[in-house]
Amino acid sequence: MSRKVSMNGRGRKRAAVVASLLLAAGLAGYGASSAMACDACKGKYEVDGRKSGYLFATKETQSIQDDDFINPGMLWVEKGRELWTKVEGEAGKSCASCHGEPESLRGVYPVYPKYDPKTEKLINIEQRINRCRTEQMKAKPWKWESEPLLAMTTLIGYVSRGLPMNVKIDGPAKPFFEKGKEFYFKRRGQLDMACKHCHYDFAGRYIRADLLSEGRGGGAFPAYRLKWQKIGSLHRRFKGCNKQIRAEPYKPGSDEYVNLELFVKWRSRGLPVEVPAVRR
Amino acid sequence: MAKARVKVPKTAKAGEIITIKTLIRHKMESGNRKDKKTGKLIPRHIIDKFTAKYNGEKFFWADWEGGVSANPYCSFTCKVDKSGEFEFIWHDEKGEEYTAKAKITVA
Repeated sequence: MSRKVSMNGRGRKRAAVVASLLLAAGLAGYGASSAMACDACKGKYEVDGRKSGYLFATKETQSIQDDDFINPGMLWVEKGRELWTKVEGEAGKSCASCHGEPESLRGVYPVYPKYDPKTEKLINIEQRINRCRTEQMKAKPWKWESEPLLAMTTLIGYVSRGLPMNVKIDGPAKPFFEKGKEFYFKRRGQLDMACKHCHYDFAGRYIRADLLSEGRGGGAFPAYRLKWQKIGSLHRRFKGCNKQIRAEPYKPGSDEYVNLELFVKWRSRGLPVEVPAVRR
Repeated sequence: MAKARVKVPKTAKAGEIITIKTLIRHKMESGNRKDKKTGKLIPRHIIDKFTAKYNGEKFFWADWEGGVSANPYCSFTCKVDKSGEFEFIWHDEKGEEYTAKAKITVA
């Protein structure tokens, strides 16, 4: 019997690092986006000149996302399906008791966060899941960034895969959108940088060996980051960004981050839902 | 909570070379990371042996070390001559074993 081995462990990571280093050496200082991605798949991930983070990932990373079997984020989708039918709480209900199949929630992910008249502020998917748990199921809410909450959010994103991001920013959501926008353009931290400095002014350029994306991750998260070696939420990514500019991060699920989430998802408008996306 | 996934073609021609893909959910704790709160090393906990059997015969195996990523993916090829069942075994350092099976019909 013949055998050949290809391992996606350290080798994969090293390959990605080498690839990005080579690119960095060759292209530093230039708009490098032309080097990314095949033209055929570009169409899907570029809408009106807005580019998904997919186009800023290396070919190796893209290929992990493209194949549902290799994509480790799918493990969380499966986990989400298990939790979907699990009865919890005093009401004796599971998600399936009210919603039937997870696919019935197709179209939910692209419109969140949205204005919630009850609390008179924005509510995002994670918070909406937890509201279902506390109010309908009479169960304990899941902790932010906990396995079950990530798995359920990933599942709900996954069933909307391919749909265009479409959040509402007018009406009652407008003041929150403005706050999110303000956050995006406001300098903070020891490095005195705003989100816009990397993801608006210098998108497509290199910061050391890393290619800066346009920061349109609205349709990608929860995403599997190779750095994290697991699925993580958009708010975890925000935290990471804030730490990198040496600012004190906000708590995941805080009003500041939910407002910012609305702004980032609006920046991703029209881009397809990619959950579970794979990023470096 | 390791969970294995394997992808094997359902049918193949005799003598055909097929590609097998496997993925298992495992944290593959390298033993080099520190717990941020206590500052102590998190003990190593990895899958150290992977074995693939065909009709009970071991035909492919690998020893994994601490540098292998979490949720390891492994793909390899083999030539099939007759119908049968694949068995994949991941052996955990703590002695646990995770298995997955897949059947193939060779025409």
